[in-house]
Amino acid sequence: MSGPPIGSARASGAAGPDAPAASRQRRAIAFALLLAGAAVLIASAFLLSPFRLFQLTLAAGYAVAILGLNLVTGYNGQISLGHGAFYAAGAYTTAILMTHFDWPFWATLPVAGLASGALGYAVGFPALRLGGFYLALTTFSLAVAVPQILKHRAIEDWTGGVQGLFIAKPDPPAFLPIEADQWLYLTTLAISAALFLAAWNLVRGRIGRAMRAIRDHPVAAEAMGMDLAAVKTRTFAAGAALTGLAGALGAVAVEFVAPDSFTVMLSITLFVGMVVGGAASIGGAVVGGLFIVFVPNLAESISKAAPGAIYGVLLILLLFVLPGGAAGIGRLAVARLWRRDGGR
Amino acid sequence: MATLLEARALTAGYGGPPVLHGVALAVEEGGVTALLGANGAGKTTILRALCGMIAASGEVRFAGERIDGLPTEAIARRGIAHVPDGRGTFAELTVEENLRLGAITRRDRAAVAADLEGALTLFPRLRERWRQQAGTLSGGEQQMLAIARALLLRPRLLLLDEPSFGLAPLAVREVFGALARLRAEAGVAMLLVEQNAALALDLADRACLLETGRVVLQGEAAALRRDAAVRRAYLGR
Amino acid sequence: MEGFAHQLVAGIATGGIYASVALALVMIYQATHHVNFAQGEMATFSTYLAWAAVQGGAPWWAALLGTVFASFAVGVAIERVLLRPMRSAPVLAVVCAFIGLMLIFNSITGAIFGYAVRPFPSPFETSAPLLGGLVSGHALGSTAVTLAVLALVWAFFRHTGLGLAMRAAAYNPVSARLVGIRVGWMLALGWGLAAAIGAVAGVMVAPVVFLEPNMMLGVLLYAFAGALLGGIDNPAGAVAGGFLVGVVENLAGAYLVGAELKLTLALAIIVGVLLLRPSGLFGRAVESRV
Repeated sequence: MSGPPIGSARASGAAGPDAPAASRQRRAIAFALLLAGAAVLIASAFLLSPFRLFQLTLAAGYAVAILGLNLVTGYNGQISLGHGAFYAAGAYTTAILMTHFDWPFWATLPVAGLASGALGYAVGFPALRLGGFYLALTTFSLAVAVPQILKHRAIEDWTGGVQGLFIAKPDPPAFLPIEADQWLYLTTLAISAALFLAAWNLVRGRIGRAMRAIRDHPVAAEAMGMDLAAVKTRTFAAGAALTGLAGALGAVAVEFVAPDSFTVMLSITLFVGMVVGGAASIGGAVVGGLFIVFVPNLAESISKAAPGAIYGVLLILLLFVLPGGAAGIGRLAVARLWRRDGGR
Repeated sequence: MATLLEARALTAGYGGPPVLHGVALAVEEGGVTALLGANGAGKTTILRALCGMIAASGEVRFAGERIDGLPTEAIARRGIAHVPDGRGTFAELTVEENLRLGAITRRDRAAVAADLEGALTLFPRLRERWRQQAGTLSGGEQQMLAIARALLLRPRLLLLDEPSFGLAPLAVREVFGALARLRAEAGVAMLLVEQNAALALDLADRACLLETGRVVLQGEAAALRRDAAVRRAYLGR
Repeated sequence: MEGFAHQLVAGIATGGIYASVALALVMIYQATHHVNFAQGEMATFSTYLAWAAVQGGAPWWAALLGTVFASFAVGVAIERVLLRPMRSAPVLAVVCAFIGLMLIFNSITGAIFGYAVRPFPSPFETSAPLLGGLVSGHALGSTAVTLAVLALVWAFFRHTGLGLAMRAAAYNPVSARLVGIRVGWMLALGWGLAAAIGAVAGVMVAPVVFLEPNMMLGVLLYAFAGALLGGIDNPAGAVAGGFLVGVVENLAGAYLVGAELKLTLALAIIVGVLLLRPSGLFGRAVESRV
């Protein structure tokens, strides 16, 4: 559907089916919003406390992770309860390259993306034969098995075993008089923005339409000549790569990777983030990322069990009250706004 | 004779435009009403609407009480047994279990045992297949099983959807012979949907002709049998 | 070969637990074509209820019985309240609901009872191991209990009218309605029964793995593997699958992959079955999903 989701500074102006004048006006407004949003985000690097910056950095990373999940589950209908595995793959790739081979952080990013993308592609093949519950079940099992695999003795020398690996945030370039966490925040934002733009382009193009066609009418799509296997495996690869890159970003923000950071709860958290933000929504991933960073933080002050309870209740409530998640509200609001404007 | 089942202004569909448009029909106590019509006329839809299997509007009265809007299982418990198209047998269960299920809501064990005996007398083939999985029975045997199961409800009204469908002529004769005997001996009322108009009109005392969801002709079976239009369209003469 | 025999027997004991949970999963799957992701967490919660009863002074078997009834009621309630409106919802929505249930049960357990790891009493403790040192009292007792439960359930479904009605409702809900069966309530009963079986499984496994809110996660995974291996639409097959997985897990864990990779083994079984023989060893052919 046309119209930029509200609250997303990342989407650039979208074309609508209306009269060119109204469409140009909308594009201008969206662009202005985008610029304003970018300015605010950049300015906050210098206005917020290091802890808040850290949280926002994490949120941006998680937003990308949820975006990756959204590609696979939201846009392509393959239910993945194991995206934490790809997050872990990216995180560990970065950590291992930085720790054992002294690579600079930026150089590890493409490798992390490739590694998790390859893992996603590998998962995508058996996923072709499964669907619905079976795929959910299998990916869930993958998520549960991940910490055990990471702790295994055979790869302990690389992964650091139970204790994990420590890595350091990259230093800002010498000519910039800013702190390391500000630098990381800004670069994470930039990278996330680029990834969001890429995903947004992918989704609104031919491939995106193919993804959705396969999700909604697989038999018809195949009858029309679409190569289901290719689209589905490549979507898995792309989604996994995105989430893997997010894992790399997250790893360097936390400066630490360990097997118990990547339990099944991570996969479930990403899933909840996707549902809250809205499946099949680019902007929703941003809301999801913010949600899973800030809400548990607030909730944990009540009780250790609170985050899980909130997630659970929200999942069920959303089903009945607001299946489209935040993006659903966003689209409704935008639609109303433009209608009043006479834009339709 | 008293009216057992009466439907008025019955309108129903499967989500899109309605398939039935204000159908009215009646079945007498102990009588047999045949529902005739071409494919797609809505005959199966009527049976489904009467049983609450699809959303419908209109009035349906059974023995004076309104049953429209009730869930299917409640309607069955009031004594309406529906033998659906495709037989609806429990393929994974044995013949014995299928028949037990027919009487699953009844409390009168002795009467159930008697009814079971009666059903097996009517359809002796089922006794031979007692422990066999219902899905492995032939088409004719499955039809007999479906009817027998319906009878075990001790229904006041039997709804039959195309009992002759897909059956060899011999099997058809067996099934309809059993229906005729049922009607003569037990006085069970029947609403019979059949594409085989000749068979249906032979058994029935009243008949309704359905065309694209509307009743276009109604009356005594003998009269319809003589009607020229019916003869041309449905009896092939 | 004493080690082998010991592992084998231990495998049968844990296999009984997996078989019970697998049966619960399959019962729900057969009736609704949904996989209950929350089965493990529900069982954990039930086990904590039993623990609380025992702590409160109740005799062990009374606590178990009370827990079984309470779990049954909770299972029925969940089906009627949460799942009935979701009967024809898309798969993603149902997965959301089950994950939500899982999270809620897990957090309620944690909130009420805390996250400390606790020992759980077993009524089968003996001072010395039985059968010539082959098996602990608990393993033997637990196997006996799970076998008894499975036998009871089998008898219920095969030889009672209600059991027949529930099977009919699962196989063919439309025809079941036509004979007057209240299909909705049959599904609710199935959920209640599954929850009750899960409670027994939880109480049997707790003395072995110690009581803590996440104790059933691994069991759930193995139960999935067992149910798939046996055939997810075949209760007897699922039970056989559960026992098989238990034995394989123990033997492979001892001789092949080491205890650290046991969960990976479950994953391998799941993937292997779904790819090579999706209907399981004893199940009917599964419809293909595009």
